Amino acid sequence: MTPVATPFFFYLLSGLALLGGILVITRKNAVHSALALILTLLALAGLYLMLYAPFVAGVQIILYAGGIMVLFLFVIMLVSIEKSQREDQFNKQWIGGLVGAVALGALFVRVFVRSKALHDLTGMPMAQLPEQSNTQEIAVYLYGNYMLAFEIASLLLLVAIIGAVVMAKKRI
Amino acid sequence: MLDYVTSYLRSNTTPGQAGNLLWAFIYIILIFLGLSVAVIAMNWLERKILAHMQVRLGPMRVGPHGLLQPIADAIKLLIKEDIMPAEADKSVFWIAPVLIVITAFTTFIVVPFGPTHAVTDMNIGVLFMLGVSSLSVLGVVMAGWASNSHYPLIGALRSSAQMVSYEIAMGLAVVAAVLMTSLHGIGLYGVAHGAVGDGTLSMIDIVKAQQDQHAWFIFKFFPLGLIAFFIFAVAMIAETNRAPFDLPEAESELTAGFHTEYSGFRWSLFFLAEYSAMIAVSSIAVTLWLGGWLRPFPTWLTGETWDLVFSLFPAATFLLLALIALVGTLRMPKHPYFRVQTLGLAGFAAVLALIGILLLLPPVRDRIQDIYWFSLKVAGFMYLYIWYRGTFPRYRFDQLMRVGWKVLLPVGLGVLILTAIVGVLL
Repeated sequence: MTPVATPFFFYLLSGLALLGGILVITRKNAVHSALALILTLLALAGLYLMLYAPFVAGVQIILYAGGIMVLFLFVIMLVSIEKSQREDQFNKQWIGGLVGAVALGALFVRVFVRSKALHDLTGMPMAQLPEQSNTQEIAVYLYGNYMLAFEIASLLLLVAIIGAVVMAKKRI
Repeated sequence: MLDYVTSYLRSNTTPGQAGNLLWAFIYIILIFLGLSVAVIAMNWLERKILAHMQVRLGPMRVGPHGLLQPIADAIKLLIKEDIMPAEADKSVFWIAPVLIVITAFTTFIVVPFGPTHAVTDMNIGVLFMLGVSSLSVLGVVMAGWASNSHYPLIGALRSSAQMVSYEIAMGLAVVAAVLMTSLHGIGLYGVAHGAVGDGTLSMIDIVKAQQDQHAWFIFKFFPLGLIAFFIFAVAMIAETNRAPFDLPEAESELTAGFHTEYSGFRWSLFFLAEYSAMIAVSSIAVTLWLGGWLRPFPTWLTGETWDLVFSLFPAATFLLLALIALVGTLRMPKHPYFRVQTLGLAGFAAVLALIGILLLLPPVRDRIQDIYWFSLKVAGFMYLYIWYRGTFPRYRFDQLMRVGWKVLLPVGLGVLILTAIVGVLL
């Protein structure tokens, strides 16, 4: 089907992602920050859906919002909130942060302008994956074209898991 | 306008794929109403069935055989004072039940009640359902933390550990079933279709794959499909926090677990979410392993006669229920005190009989069949949920973790690998 109200949903989701991101760094309560981060991640999943990448959106929800953030919350909830609120906040480097943010923003604007110019120049159509077979296409790439790199990455993760277990347990 | 309405009915696809917003909206409203009725019915059935298992009568006072008890409960919850603990985190306390209800209902967007009876069909159907239902753990954690009280916090911690661990076993079982959609191997009950094909995650295509391969996946590559189904059936009880895995709300240790501090309407939202989540995971199990909307024996018992016999099942069910209600009416005490209740039960029997007769009409009969078989299978799972609660004692937390990580996870991995090997070899 043809997309409905694309600009509206794009600005809505981007706005939510930005709002969540700002709340993450401005909330003093760590649990509120984590919840704001979940809002950002879900808005990003929505943006992936708009980019005809349903598989990435689904994985984003399952892994980040449903898995990793739950573990985050699990740890944060065990920390005494009152005590951590009385301690010094690490916001002394706001000048450095501001410079970094401006530099990164300038880079993004530059890339956007340049790619738009290139696109107008060459007149190439935007690449668009068919939504109906998105998962199958990803599978073909992961397990066909980039099989070796994919397996090496999974082996790396396995090593990291074993390392974590070894460091966490005194006696195995 | 009329053309727009009828164009979907002729399109032979789901409203979402046809791009028909009006029908998508109608389906959403219908599913919402159906779910609410199902939750009300489950409330009554659970209390009645549990009572009969324990040789009690269950609710008998409000209405004949306690039929109006869920309505009385709902009214009680709505007019009850809504208490928020003074030291609670107000915003999080407020969002938690809303979030958990939204996640429970959103999953139903992709549930296929029939080849065309779903709000939409997504390329990532199963993944979407698992993902959105895994978000419900956030609601539990938020509720437990925001209450700022010990029992809810412990309940929330238990819940998050339990749900994250069982999600893995659940995911492995689902992957085994998704793998089967691409493998046309003969197995024990399948038919050879040629080489390995494309798999699919879409809920409707998974059921269609079972139709094409002439085998529900529970019977495919016997006993691999059965084991995968068993893993899912255990994990889904842990995911929905139901007995015997209801540690997050173990009343003997944690009062009511993560929703101890909730009352009135907010508590009823948790109740609603729990039951709709149960229905949601049951529909995943039905879609992946029990052939979704397919009727029993679609390939063995074919022909006009059998089609007619199976299409009469929905009407027969409602007429049987009407008969039971009628027998109940006749057995009511003859004392004048029970006159209103007797009349009410007779009216209920009449309504059921009327629905049964309505389902006998050929056009209704043909359209309702898919929905009927799907709902019947889901209802079977709902009965199992009550049965487990009536029979199994609650697990201890370390036992629960051991079952999840040391039994279900390795078995799930083994089934996945064996399914792949068997599928490629056969």
